[in-house]
Order: sequence, then C-alpha cells, then structure tokens
Amino acid sequence: MNRFDYVRPATVAEAVAAAAVPGSVFLAAGTNLIDLMKGGIVSPKRLVDVSCLPGLDRIEPLPDDELRIGARVRYADLAYDPTFSKRFPTVAEALLSGASAQLRNTATVGGNLLQRIRCAYFYDPASACNKRQPGAGCDARGGENRLHAVLGWSGSCIATHPSDFCVALAALDAVVEIEGQAGRREVALEDFHLLPGATPERESVLMPGELVVAVRLPGAAARFAAHASYLKLRERTSYAFAVVSAAACLHIKNGVIAEARLALGGVAAKPWRAQAGGGARRRPPESGRLPRRCGGGPGGGASVRRQRLQDRARSANRGARAGPGCGRNTRARARPPCLSVRTHSRRCPRWLRP
Amino acid sequence: MSLSITLTINGTQRTIELEDSRVTLLDLLRERLDLTGTKKGCDRGQCGACTVLLDGRRINSCLALAVSNNGAEVLTIEGLAQGEALHPVQAAFIVHDGFQCGFCTPGQIMSAVGLIREGQAGDDPERVREGMSGNLCRCGAYRGITEAVLEAQRNLVETGRKEAA
Repeated sequence: MNRFDYVRPATVAEAVAAAAVPGSVFLAAGTNLIDLMKGGIVSPKRLVDVSCLPGLDRIEPLPDDELRIGARVRYADLAYDPTFSKRFPTVAEALLSGASAQLRNTATVGGNLLQRIRCAYFYDPASACNKRQPGAGCDARGGENRLHAVLGWSGSCIATHPSDFCVALAALDAVVEIEGQAGRREVALEDFHLLPGATPERESVLMPGELVVAVRLPGAAARFAAHASYLKLRERTSYAFAVVSAAACLHIKNGVIAEARLALGGVAAKPWRAQAGGGARRRPPESGRLPRRCGGGPGGGASVRRQRLQDRARSANRGARAGPGCGRNTRARARPPCLSVRTHSRRCPRWLRP
Repeated sequence: MSLSITLTINGTQRTIELEDSRVTLLDLLRERLDLTGTKKGCDRGQCGACTVLLDGRRINSCLALAVSNNGAEVLTIEGLAQGEALHPVQAAFIVHDGFQCGFCTPGQIMSAVGLIREGQAGDDPERVREGMSGNLCRCGAYRGITEAVLEAQRNLVETGRKEAA
C-alpha cells in the first residue's frame, strides 16, 4: 500500500472542498478501496474520510412516500430495517445476496455504487487493463472471460459491475443525490454508471471531488412490493458475485399486470434496465408465467441467458482447442462452466427474503 | 505524521500513537498490541480469519484502517472468555469439534458471536451456513462449526430466558 495523507472533514461541505485537491479520494468503509490499495491497483495520495460525516447515516421518509437513504447507511442496517424491507423487498433481498455478513456490517450504500469492477485482469497489475492504464489494452478479451459482459461492452473493456443492490435500485427508478463544489445535483441511478466505450477509466458520471450523499427511492416503487424478486445465479451458494442476476418486479392491479420492471446484473458495466415494452406485458397473471417479452429492451432476460450460455460454451471450446497446459482455460475444459452453473446455483432461498 | 487514536479493546481503553495512517486494525492488534489471537489469513477480506467485533458487530479487521475507527469498541477472541470460564461459543466449538488446524477458529468464533447477536439466522442450519459464509475453513470443519453455532445459540437463548425469569 502506498503512503497517503489522511484528512477527516467534519461536514459534507468540508469533505467536498478537501476532495478538490488532486490525488484525493473519499474513504467510507474502505472494504473495496483498502483492498485495491493493498494490491497496488489504486494509489491515492490523500484519503478524505467521510465515514463519520453527520446527516448521511439516516433512512428518512420524505413527502409523497419517497424514501431517502443516506450514503453512510450500512447494508445490514438497511436490509434488516423492517419498514424498508417490507416496502422494498427486492432491494433488501439484493443486499442480503451480496458479500459476507462481515462486509454487510461495514460497507455503505454510497460505497456500493462506487465499488470497482471485479475483473481479475483489473486486479492483476501484471495484466494489461485499459481501466488501470488507459491505452494499455485488455487482457480479459483473450482470457478467462466467461463472467464478463455480454451487453454494452466495448473493444477497450468487457468488465461487469458487481453490485446486486444497484440492480434492484435500477429496476425501481432510484435517484442518486450528489454533492459537489457547484452544489447539489441528482442523477437517475440508471444513468449513474457509464458503459466503457473508449474511456473505460470513467465508471460513473461523478466529476472529480463529487460525493454521493444519498439514494432516493420513489414512493411509487413500493407498489411492486407484493410481486417482486431478486434472482441471483452464482458459482457457489453464498459470498460470490453474480454470474447473472435479475430484479423482477410486477405491479398487479385487478388481476392484470399493470406494470413490469426488469433489471439485470452481471451482464454489463452497469445495472442493465430492460425497458418493459407495450401491451405484451399486460397479461393476466393466471397464465402462470411472465410474458415472453416483458423485458422488450435490449436483450430481454431469456435472450441474455441464452447468450451467456453460448458465451460460456465458446469459452469452453476455446479451452478444448488450446490443448493441455494452457493454464487459463484448463478449468473451463475440465468442466463445462454452464454445467457448473446449473448444478451449483439455485434460486435465492425464501428465508433470505425479509 | 503522527496520529493519535483511542480505542476500547476488550474493555480497556487504550490511546495509541500511529506512526503511519496505513495501519489496519488487524495489524494494530497483532503487531502493536500483541493480541495475536486475531489471525491474518488472506489480508483482503475474503477469508474471515481476522473477524473481530467493532462496536458489537462482526467485521473484517484487515480492511479497516485503524485511524478511521477512532473511538470504537473492539472485542477480540482474547476478550471473550470470563477468566477461566469459556464463552458458550468457545465451549460449543470444543464439544462439536468445530476446527482442525485451528487457524481460522478465532475468526469463526468471533463471527459466530456476531451472528448470534444479529439474531437473523434462527435455528436453521442453512441460514447459519449462509451467515458464516464469510469465514473459510481450509480443513473443512464446516459441519462441526454449524453444529457448534446452533448449540451455542440455543444455550445463550436458554441462559437469557433463565436470567429474565
């Protein structure tokens, strides 16, 4: 870990001013940042500790049933808040499906939005990575990449955003409150993270020195509470990032689906909101299944999974072609990854849903 | 640069001068305070060997900067027993053989204490396993660990009932 200066501002305004110094980054719980610093992946000159800033640790109801979640609220406190988990069960379920209990006791809402991608090549200083060093290339493209993006990727980066929480927030039209030296602004969570394009080093719309202070959920999001679920497929039952995940929310009125929301995780550099399209979704729930095209946007759920399975099959084939001794693909060759997904992953157990 | 922090560690308040802001809570405990019961496994938040209770909640001490936790209360494995009397979780780990080599055990025990305090797992072994998934055991003593956590929880609930009565 590099040496750094440490400052602990007392207010949001002081924190934003402190972060204006070049080389500064915010430190909240640090569960991702300290890990990155230990690995030499990031080397900030100055940490601005926002872990004790007043006013950011509250879950507060606003007019019109809106809910404001301070950026310092910890995952466990939010997920186990009885009022919150009743109104927004998908979000609570997503939070509890991520990380370990120790991390959920520490990590914060704001930090979740800003956690870095989990590409192994990004975490390996010996590999080429355009995120770490723009223009260096991307070793993931020719490497072990079956967990990488299938949507919205570019030639410069194919990493995925690791958050479960953000997937549920994207489905429910959450809004991010940002404080900067120019004042406060708001961005829809769906627009907060950026696709890599030619500048993969930019992962969000935050400008240097800007601080996420809260996330807001609209009151209308609570109408999905009765028919919502977060489904996460992963390679082991617990404490693993999603291979693919989905936040699916239905608003059923008079026995008819009035509105459907679907957001996907583990498939792109941002939570992928599939826009529900037209009349296809308005089907009585008695038919016993979701409309085939309820996520009619860029690649609905089924087609995404199909594509990922094809992607994995290709990865396994590549391993088979590479022949023995090609370390990277040995595992894929020994056991087709799609098989491991089928046998080791399962629906989120009912007890995990608050 | 010298940074002064105050921590209450196993019930004793300590004021510590940090020479370096990079010191993690784990390194502070082990290298400065000789509390080597808390183990350094992966040092990256993945194995849980460094689990301690910070203000009553289990955390990975390897990912916590000491300087950022000024004023906190820390409970480590050394502070769990009351003299010669083992904590019910420690006793249950012995009864159920919840370890083999023992390296991950302090972290497992502190994590189990945190899990029981959180009160979210109930008496369901599957929920206990999920709640303990942040603690890896390379010897594979998971079965004994799960049984130990369930029994310790039952004992603590029973003790609580008797004390309340």
